[in-house]
Formats: sequence, C-alpha cells, structure tokens
Amino acid sequence: MPRGKQDRYSSRVGEKLFPVSKPVTLTIDGKTVSAKPGSTIWDAAREAGIDIPVLCHSPRLDPVGVCRMCVVDIGGRVLAASCVRPCEEGMNVVTKSEKVERHRSMLTELLMSDQPETCPKESTTGDSELAALARAYNVDGSRLPRGAARSSDTSSKVIAVNHQACILCDRCVRGCDDIQHNDVIGRTGKGYTTQIGFDLNQPMGQSSCVSCGECLAVCPTGALVNKPISLPIVPRKSLKQVDSVCPYCGVGCSLTYNVDESKNRIVYTDGRPSPVNHSRLCVKGRYGWDYAQHEQRLTHPLIRKSEYYPRGPLSPEVTSSRGGEHRKGSHLVRYEDVLPAFRQASWDEALDLVATRLKGIRDTFGPGSLAGFGSAKCSNEEAYVFQKLVRAVFGTNNVDHCTRLCHASSVAALLEGIGSGAVTNTFAGIEDADVALLIGTNTTANHPVAATFFKQAAARGTKLIVIDPRRPDVANYAHQYVRLRNSTDVAFYNAMLHVIIAENLVNEAYIKEYTSGFDALKAEVQKWSPEVAEPICGVPAETIREVARIYGKAKSAITFWGMGISQHTHGTDNARCLIALCLVTGNCGRPGTGLHPLRGQNNVQGASDAGLIPMMYPDYQRVTNPEVRARFEKAWGVPLDPNAGLTVTEITKGALEGRIKGMYCLGENPFLSDPNVNKVRKALSALDFLVVQDIFLTETAEFADVILPATSYLEKLGTYTNTDRRVQIGRPALKPPGEARLDWEIVSEISTRMGYPMKYQSPAEIFNELVSMTHEYRGLTYEVLGSTGRLWPAPDPAADDGLQILFDDGFPTPNRRGKMVPAAFEPPRETPDENYPFVLNTGRVLEHWHTGTMTRRSYALNAIAPEALIEVHPEDAMKLGVHNGDRVVVTSRRGSITLAVTVTTRTHEGSVFIPFHFREAAANVLTIDEIDPFGKIPEFKFCAVRVERAPESSAAAAE
Amino acid sequence: MLQRTSYLTKRYGDSDGHTLAVYERDGGYQQAKRALQMDRAALIDEMKAANIRGRGGAGFPMGVKWSFMPWPPKPEKPHYLVINADEGEPGTFKDRTIMEKNPHSIVEGCIIGCFGIGAHAAYIYVRDELHLAKARLWEAIAEAKKKGYLGDKPFGIDYPVEVYVHTGAGAYICGEETSLLNSLEGKRGEPRLKPPFPAQAGAFGMPSTVNNLETIAIVPTALAMGGDNFSKLSAIHNLKDGGARLFGVSGHVNKPGIYECAVGLTLRELIYDLGGGVKGGELLAVIPGGSSCPILRAEEIVKAPDPKSPLHPYDGKSVLDVPLGVDTFRSLGTMLGTCCAIVLSDLADPVLAFHNLLQFYRHESCGQCTPCREGSAWLFRILDRIVQGEAEVAELDRLSEIASNIMGNTICAFGEGTAMPTLGFLLKFRRELEEFIVTKGKSGTRRLAL
Ligand SMILES: Cc1cc2nc3c(=O)[nH]c(=O)nc-3n(C[C@H](O)[C@H](O)[C@H](O)COP(=O)(O)O)c2cc1C
Ligand code: SF4
Ligand code: SF4
Ligand code: FES
Repeated sequence: MPRGKQDRYSSRVGEKLFPVSKPVTLTIDGKTVSAKPGSTIWDAAREAGIDIPVLCHSPRLDPVGVCRMCVVDIGGRVLAASCVRPCEEGMNVVTKSEKVERHRSMLTELLMSDQPETCPKESTTGDSELAALARAYNVDGSRLPRGAARSSDTSSKVIAVNHQACILCDRCVRGCDDIQHNDVIGRTGKGYTTQIGFDLNQPMGQSSCVSCGECLAVCPTGALVNKPISLPIVPRKSLKQVDSVCPYCGVGCSLTYNVDESKNRIVYTDGRPSPVNHSRLCVKGRYGWDYAQHEQRLTHPLIRKSEYYPRGPLSPEVTSSRGGEHRKGSHLVRYEDVLPAFRQASWDEALDLVATRLKGIRDTFGPGSLAGFGSAKCSNEEAYVFQKLVRAVFGTNNVDHCTRLCHASSVAALLEGIGSGAVTNTFAGIEDADVALLIGTNTTANHPVAATFFKQAAARGTKLIVIDPRRPDVANYAHQYVRLRNSTDVAFYNAMLHVIIAENLVNEAYIKEYTSGFDALKAEVQKWSPEVAEPICGVPAETIREVARIYGKAKSAITFWGMGISQHTHGTDNARCLIALCLVTGNCGRPGTGLHPLRGQNNVQGASDAGLIPMMYPDYQRVTNPEVRARFEKAWGVPLDPNAGLTVTEITKGALEGRIKGMYCLGENPFLSDPNVNKVRKALSALDFLVVQDIFLTETAEFADVILPATSYLEKLGTYTNTDRRVQIGRPALKPPGEARLDWEIVSEISTRMGYPMKYQSPAEIFNELVSMTHEYRGLTYEVLGSTGRLWPAPDPAADDGLQILFDDGFPTPNRRGKMVPAAFEPPRETPDENYPFVLNTGRVLEHWHTGTMTRRSYALNAIAPEALIEVHPEDAMKLGVHNGDRVVVTSRRGSITLAVTVTTRTHEGSVFIPFHFREAAANVLTIDEIDPFGKIPEFKFCAVRVERAPESSAAAAE
Repeated sequence: MLQRTSYLTKRYGDSDGHTLAVYERDGGYQQAKRALQMDRAALIDEMKAANIRGRGGAGFPMGVKWSFMPWPPKPEKPHYLVINADEGEPGTFKDRTIMEKNPHSIVEGCIIGCFGIGAHAAYIYVRDELHLAKARLWEAIAEAKKKGYLGDKPFGIDYPVEVYVHTGAGAYICGEETSLLNSLEGKRGEPRLKPPFPAQAGAFGMPSTVNNLETIAIVPTALAMGGDNFSKLSAIHNLKDGGARLFGVSGHVNKPGIYECAVGLTLRELIYDLGGGVKGGELLAVIPGGSSCPILRAEEIVKAPDPKSPLHPYDGKSVLDVPLGVDTFRSLGTMLGTCCAIVLSDLADPVLAFHNLLQFYRHESCGQCTPCREGSAWLFRILDRIVQGEAEVAELDRLSEIASNIMGNTICAFGEGTAMPTLGFLLKFRRELEEFIVTKGKSGTRRLAL
C-alpha cells in the first residue's frame, strides 16, 4: 500500500537524539515564554495563548510540517514551520508579521483556487478549517486559473471522499496510520496529480478500510465527510450535544451524540477525549446508533392472544430445526409473522398479568421454579434492581446473564486464583509493557479501539505475541503469531510453563512472597516438555521455547485474552494457565504487567459487579456465606435463598426438564445467543410463563406470553462499567418511542405489584444503594463520575481517577497469596470424525453485535456486512469444490444451516469459522451445549461439523 | 583552466574497461585493501584533505560528511552506506557513464566508504531504466565477490563488506537523499523531515551516509594519490574545492558529452574547447549544473569588488571565465549543482525553455508540501497561459510571488530547485517574457530544439 508519509520513527528518534532536559526561554510576539522541554514553537505559543493557524497539524497527530500555514518569522532567511520547529533558547519568534501574513494568505489562495464550488464540509457541519482561513484572509482563489477537476469517491457506505476539496495535508493518513493503525490511506501519484489513496488506490468502499471514521474526524476540509444516516448533516451548533458512552463493546468509548431534538434523531457522532479512547471510535460507535430510531421499535405492551396457545415459535426461521431458510428480509424477525399472535395492552394490564403469573408460579411451585435472565447491555442500576427482584421477590438466586456465555470461566479462574474477577490493569496499560500476550482475542474486530492501543504499543516496541488457532488481524502487528490447534491451549501453556520453570525464568522472590501452589504446578507441568506438547497443539517445540523465553525474560509482560480462552469446556483451565504464567514470572501489580480478560459487552463487568450472577450478590459476595446473606437480608428486609442459583445453561436445562416454569428475560435473546438453538427452542416452549422485556421483537420474544417495550441505551441514564473497571455515565440522547418505559421502572413496577414495593426515584438513587452494598464501588457517585467516569476501586475521592494497577502487594485472598492451580489437558467434548470432519469455531465480526438485533437494524453496519459467511481454508474449499460466495450447508449433530463461503487462510485446514450474529444462519444451531464444570460456560469454540455444497449451488455449477 | 584528467575515464574507450581484469591491471582494489588496514581516523583525514565536494548537487565536503557518523558504531545500530545513483537531474548523465564503463571504481569506493563510516553494507540506488548500468554493477559485484574482495573477509581481512544494488522506479524526487532512503526501505519516495539527518537516523532508522555515485567512485583515486595531492589538482584548491571531476555539457553544442578535468575549468572552456562550441546561432545563456541551477546569460559580467568574495579575482570578467566551483558559482547567484551544463543558443526561445523546465517540476514534485505541490502546478499553469498567448504581463508578478513563497518553505530542496530557476528566468529574461506576452509569442523564435 502507498505509505505516503514521513518516516514515523524519525520524529521519535529525533527526540531521543536531541534530548532537551531543561525548559527553554524564548520570546514570542514580545512575550517571554518558558517552554516545556522538547516542545515546538506552536505548542509554546498555544500555551502562551497565541494562536497560530494550522492546516496539516492537529494536536492529536505528530507534526509533519507539509502545509506551511503555521510559518513564523524567527529572523532567518526563511520562515519556520512552527508546528515542527522545536523551541530554542533565546529564539525571537514573530507569529504575525506582514511577511508571514502575506505568505499565509498566498497559501490559502493557492489552496482555495482549486476547491469545489460547494464545499462538502461547509454545506454540512460547516467547519472547514480551510474555509475559515479563506474568510480570515479574504481570499477565494479566483485570481488564479483553476486546475483540472479531481474526482470524488462515494463507494464507502459511510464516508464521502471529494478529492477536489483535498489539500493533501496528510492528516487522514496519520489518523488512519498513527492513531488507528489501520494503514489504509496513503498518497498516490506525484506532484499536482497527487491524491490520497486507499490501499493500492482502490475505491474506498473496496479497500481494507474499516470505517472507523478517524480520517474524517481529523480532515480539515470537505474532502472526507460523513454520509448522512438519519437526517441531513448540519452544523453542531444547531444540534444538541449529548456526552455519553458507546453502547457496544466492553471498551466503552466516550463519545458525543449530536442530536436534533425536535425530530428526536441522532444526526452524527463524535469521539470524545477521555482516558478510554482518546477520541477514537470504531464503526459501531460512530455509525451504529440509528437502531434506536428503527421503525420496528416496540411501543406498547403486548399480550399473547389465546388462540396462539400452546405457545411456540412463530416465524419459520425460529420454528425450523434447519436454520438458513432464505426469505426476503429474513435478516430481521419479520413482524408480520409474529405480531398477529399478540394484542396491544395497557401497561397496567400487562404488568398485572406478569406479576400475577410470576407470583402464582412462585407460590405454587416454589421460588426455585422462577428464573431471570438479565443482560450485560443494561446499566449497573438495571442489573442491580433486576437481581434484587429475583432474589428478594422471586425468592431465588436463579439469575444470570450473558457473562456466562463470555467470561464466566475467566472469572471463575480469577476468583479462585487471585480473589478478584476484574482486570488487574487497563488495556492502555500495554504502553508500559515489554511483551504482551494476546490470546484468543480478535481484538481489531471485537475491541477495535483497545486494538488501536495494542497496535500503537507494537509500533513503539512492545512485542506482541498473538496466540490463536484462527489468525486474527492483530497478528499483522505481532512480533510472533502462534497458530495452535483448536482447543489445545492447556497443552501449549503447560509447555510454556515447563520451559519457564526448566530454564529458571521464574521470579523466585515473587513466588515466595505472593503465591501458593507452585510445587503442585511444577509437578504437573514437569510432564509437559515442548516435545510432548508439540504433537498435541501443533506448535513446533522450538517455537514454544522461544515464546516462553520472550515472556519469561520480559521486564514487564501483560496478558490479554478473549473468548478463545474462555468459551471451552476447559475454559477455566485455560485461564488458570494464564494466571499461573503471570504468577510464576511475577507479572502483576507493576506498570506494564497484569491480567486482562477483554470483556465483551459494554457492561459485562458492571452487570457482574452488580450481582447478576447466581452464586453472588453485588461485588462477588457469595450467596452461600451466611454473614453476607444476613447483611443483604437486613438491607432488603426479606429472607433470602441460601443456595446458589442456576446458570444460563442450567436454567435452559431446568426449563426443559420442567423444573423452571416461569422466566423473565430482560434484554437477552437466548434463542440466538445460547448454544444448541434447537434445545433452547424446546426449553422456551416448555415454560409455563415467559415475559420478555426488550426494544425489538427478538426470536426469544416469539415464545413470550407478555412482551414489555423497553427503552434503548440511547434513551436512558445509567452507569456502565467497562473492561478496565471504569464506571461511566451513559446519558439519554433520545426520547423513548410510544409508551416504551425505562427498564428500572418496569422492574420496580413488577416488584411492587408482586408485593415488594420498590420506590426508586432515579438511577442515581439506585446507584447509591448499589454502592452501599459493595466494597469496591465505595466513594463513587454520579458527581464523582463526571464526564469521563472513574476506575474502581477509587479509594481516594480527591484523586483524579481510581486505581489503574491492582495488587502491587498481595491479593484479596485469605492468605494474600495468588494461587496457582495446575491444569490437566483434556480434549474437547466433540472431536471431528468421519461424519463431521471439520472443527467449527464461532465468534464475531467487526460490524455486528451479539444477536444482531441492534446492528442489523443500523443502516450502516448492515450495509457494510449484510450477510453471514463461513470461513473455509483454500485447501478445504478445493476439496469441497466451493468458491467465494458459493452456498454451503453446515451440519452438526444438533442442526444445520446454509450460508455463503469466504475462502481465507485466516482459518486453518480442517477448521471453519462462523460468526454468530446472523439469525438466518445461526451458528448456535450447530454449537454444542457442553459446559465448563467451573465457569458453566458453553463450548462455543469447538464442535464437529460437516460442510457440503448447498443443492442450489451445485445445480448452478452444473449448468 | 582546462586540464584534462583520466582517473575515472581512462578505460572509457576500452570495450573491456568494465571488467575486473582490466581494472586490476591499472592497480584496482589496491586502495580498498590498504584502506581496510588503515586507522579509521587517518582515512577520514585523507578524505578531508582531498576536498572532494559532493558530486550530487549540494557540494558538501565528503570527508566531513563521513566524520558526522556516530562513533564507535553500536552493535544494535548498524551503519549503512547508501550510494545515490538516481541521477534524474535534467542535463545530467555523468554517473551513468561510470556505472557502465568503470563499475569497479564504485565497488572499490564502497569498500573504502564502508570502512570509513563503520558500515558493513552499501546500497547502490540505481534508477531502473539504466539497464546497462545495472548489469555492469551486478557483474562487477559478482566478480569482486568471487575474488574475495567482498564478503565476510575482503582480501582476507576481518571486515565484512557487502554491496547491493537497489533499483528505483525512476522518480526524480527519489534522488533527494531522504526520499531515496524511504524508497530504499520500500516506502513511498517522499523526503523526510530533517532533523534527524541520515547520519543520525538514515536507512532503516540507522546511522547512514548518502554519497553520490561519482563522489564514491573517485575515492580510490584520492586515496591512491594522497588527499593533499589529489586536492591540489584543482585550480581552486584554495577554496577547498579539490581534485578532478566529470564535467558534462549538453544542449546547443556541437560535442555534447562527459569530460573529466581538474576542478577549475571555466564555462567557456567547457562549451567551446570541450563542447565544440555552440551549435547554430550564438550563445544565449547557460544553465551551469543541472536544471535546478539559475540560468546565466552569456553577456553577464562578474561584480565582486569585495576582496573577501571568492569571486573577487574575477571581478569585471565574463561569467564564462569563472572556474566552475561550488563556492564560486554560489557567489554568482546560481549553483554548480551536478556540474553538467545545459547550453541555450539564441536561436532558441527562452520562454519555451522556461515552460519546458516548469513542466518537469510540476510533474516531479512529490506532492507532500503545499507550497511545492500547488506552487509548481501554478507556475506551470501560468507559463502555459503565456505560451498559449492568454496571459497578461501582471501575471509575471504572480509567478515571482508564488516562487518566493516556495523558497525556504518546504521539506526538501526540490521546492527551492523549482523556485530558484523560476526566479532566475524571471530576472534574466523579464524583457523577453514581457515581449512574448504582449506580442502573443510573435517576438520569440518559437523554437526550443534547433
Ligand atoms: C530534488 C533533488 C534531487 C536530487 N537528485 C539527486 C540525484 O539524482 N543524484 C544525487 O547524487 N544527488 C541528488 N540529490 C542530492 C542528494 O539529496 C544528496 O545531496 C546527495 O546524494 C549527496 O551526495 P554527495 O554529498 O556525494 O553529493 C538531489 C537532491 C534534490 C533536492
Ligand atoms: S482528505 Fe482531508 S485530511 Fe486527507 S489529505 Fe486531504 S484534506 Fe487532508
Ligand atoms: S519540497 Fe516538494 S518535492 Fe520536496 S518534500 Fe516538499 S513537496 Fe516533496
Ligand atoms: S501546520 Fe505546520 S506545516 Fe502545516
């Protein structure tokens, strides 16, 4: 790809070569200014309140000094570009002489002479920096003859490119390369014919662009602008700015919605400065907000009509045991299939019905016959009131949420090992690390903005070791990528531990002071020489040694992992190995070290913190601990269930077996998100009563007795805790549609109607109650959280932030020691055989989210990634006789789906990959509902399938 | 003072002159062998004494440049020698002749150069279309390697040296040294911001020296003669402009070509004695050293009453009688550049020559700096209007306004290389330009080629 830019290391090398340790004193426009060491004239002037116009520079970027708008007079023969020129002692700088101004005006005129008649930025957001300069210098470029017209490119779904308006300032190139590290944009051509180019000068929409929008966020002209999504784009000042947090992944980026209040529409989004994302966003955050405005939003409570009993699914996609029926519009639940089965009801009627039925089941079959599914999409406050409802009113601990499906095993291992399920360091903490292990994480797709920090660290010298059977894009930035066989993690990590111990790369002092269980670990890994592991995990023994040495010798090493570790029947064992690696080398509690399971949903951390877990009250306090229970009984004023409740997968099983009779689903869509859909279908049909509270008709809602219209993230106030443990406030940008109500109000209403009055006035009141029941949230209030939130724990309210790095001196375990737990290798439950020869791996894609209810109703995200694709290795594709775009039938012992093929070496031979967001080809029709014994997490990452050409495509090929 | 020499060109006439056998017959590779056993400081001192001014255009003293390299080299920061054989300057074709006819002098120079700067690898960056030049270099490297002059132990001495040829795709800007380094690294050929200079962070971010091809090729000669003796070949040795070099002449002369002479040759000698005089018409003007150097008119007289000026000895004389030297020509308000003169006869139209020149610069700007990219396009566009008979006299002022705005305002010297000849043409041919505009071209000869 064209790398149209300065050599990036040069500027940093420059800093190192000319270290200026002392502040320098210089004169700027007659003012004596003391500048920080190494600062440029432009920086120093800005500090002193003197504005120097810039075009190619922005404080978010390294300067390149190409536009020359910022020139100043420093008494030399030539003018100096202040954005790149370091301050020197005694310098006398004039920022606005006649000569300088003449120069700037000439430059503006040269640039203006080629601008399009209507500037795409002036006619939208109205903030072209070039146009502002043209007004200031009163030039329009008409004195000079125009050049030949340059083209425009509208191939991207979200960004419009107008080369005529481009001034080749290089900001987009640096935004793409140096901020987001996507390396898509460069310059092509030469001289006056130079243009910005995408990849090898492809149309933007066909390039490797990931639509993060960083380029247009930094572009000072109309060359790169947002395409309108909901309404025509207008200047910010005519819209209302709502500072909030992105509703998608666990990164929790700070952003600002620009809202047209009169039309109740978000018009566009900007990244917001914060320690989380430094104003960066990904495609979901920047463009994926219009789902809330979708016409299919639920606006009234719905009650199932009597003629639609016995209850069962309503649409063919949900009814059929074969997914992949292809009908027009079947990427969404078709309302015409489902709505006829329901009638509109008043809130009173619906809530009364829910309360009566749930109460009836409780009183007839006992509290244990009820269960609640909460959601990691909901706020801390919603999670708190929901678990309180289940525990205090239903009288059971059968409350769980989708954490079970993502990191339950990681949390189980972490609680067992270091006494805390949360991350010990933030993802930005990678910047201090020598080495970072990235394991089972497709970070660029699933935590895209965290990935920018990883890629940046790599660019600055952190060695990334990427370990994953399916090659994630972040491997492109890795020092070493290790492809191991699916589901052989324990063998690989035991071998790594073997080498680290055998070669004495352990931190003995740390082991002695802060850990327990080393001998048992040593005894287990003794058996795992790299030569033993090699035939199992498929990684050459030498590579295992090399990786172990890199990790073992690192001064600081940090470990990140994703669901590639956790979603296995031995997920807890996998995580135990990573904890052991960290403990034997003492990589915890210091900058650049730590354990960080990257959390999936925006509020997985918070929902767990708030107690949406069957064995724990808020703050991981065990329900089985009588002291703890007594505290909660006192606070809530009712006796509580002394036994741990059932998990998501166990609840499904319970329903199937008739033990669970009534269920309350708040914002979860287990039909698509849980393994073995066909089993879930039966379970949902078997219930006596199901109430679903959601913003759309989900697949799960097809089974409901009552459907309650909820508010979307974008319509409510609440706090959310990101993967870093940062508690942030999400603020309402829109008014809810129709009669949709706030989730915590609905829960409170049901509670009150079931005889346990909840009279909360605001989310802040709930938050305060939650905080009062926890240890770790102490000191947090809405005021303290402010605009960029706070990390928990935050012991010092006067400090700027909570603690970034935990456990610098022991762990919150009874003996203050971290426990190493040896893990024995076990093969996955269902291995390939003759009939089902392929390993199926499942996961996500950048543009979509969970079961797609939001993202597939977002115009941009759906347009960019409209279809489910199965990844097949070229060798396998050849054997199967399939090509890109051909449709195949994928069958497991549990069901089968039909979808199109993409041939790629990302997946390895014998393994296929399917993202799980797509209802018309639901991966979870195929997956196995075997679970990890500790974390109770299903094995989403491994089952055996068969792949065959779909009949119509073999017919087409025969023609 | 005309004094022909034949250090580099001795074997130019010999059809086997490029072979190792012939090169060694003349004492080839003795200096490389000697250098590898010298003290590094002594070698640098010889080179400084030789007063080899860089032959790539800027005329920087080569020995001094070598001495800028950090010393001693750190193991984690290998040094590199990079040889600039991009030779894209219009009117310049000297390096090509050395590659084609005397490639071993380059390889030998590289060995000495590597030792001098603490490098173990030299990259020769050659423009791709010079097929014979590349073939000859590859051949020479292979021959030297086979003989054990390159490799792990050249001449049995424990100082590994490898020489590589890297081909560029033929962009003028890739001759600019930092752009060349980017291109060498596989990046887009765009100049880098300086500092850091190549000696601090050059090829692959490592300390590097970039030398012009002729600069490195003359090194064995200078070492053989001894720095001081080599320097003294030059008539302007006192100006620290030493030795002998290749002089080129092209354009409207009878015998265009490359001539090796001691430094101190004048334009008159180059054009008339070596170039065989002006072909058709009388001498109108000459661009002394490649197209970026401002043009001189034949009738110009040196004004240098100040005894401190390097030009003082020529005060009152014709510019054609000033020795071609780095400092002398800088004082004339132009440059020595690559030392390859372009001659313009009065049968040609200077306005068309100007137009032609600006077309080149518009095309070759890398497009990075706004003043250069937009400015070079505007300069050409206005000149095009003049040539088409559409311009007004006032637009000449706009030309000078735009050119002045490019001066000193860009990342690399290309910007000035565009602006300086523009300002030069405006100054020297203002009358012709005005007449051309007013008469819509009728005043000119309307021809460029003769
Ligand atoms: C636009 C531009 C083009 C250049 N082209 C060449 C070239 O083709 N060959 C060359 O040797 N130097 C060229 N130079 C000069 C180099 O930047 C550099 O000064 C030279 O290679 C240094 O070698 P020297 O010190 O031996 O002359 C160019 C400079 C500029 C600004
Ligand atoms: S598109 Fe915008 S940011 Fe990119 S070079 Fe052009 S003007 Fe600059
Ligand atoms: S001066 Fe011209 S050629 Fe040199 S870096 Fe700038 S734009 Fe490129
Ligand atoms: S802002 Fe400094 S050169 Fe562009």
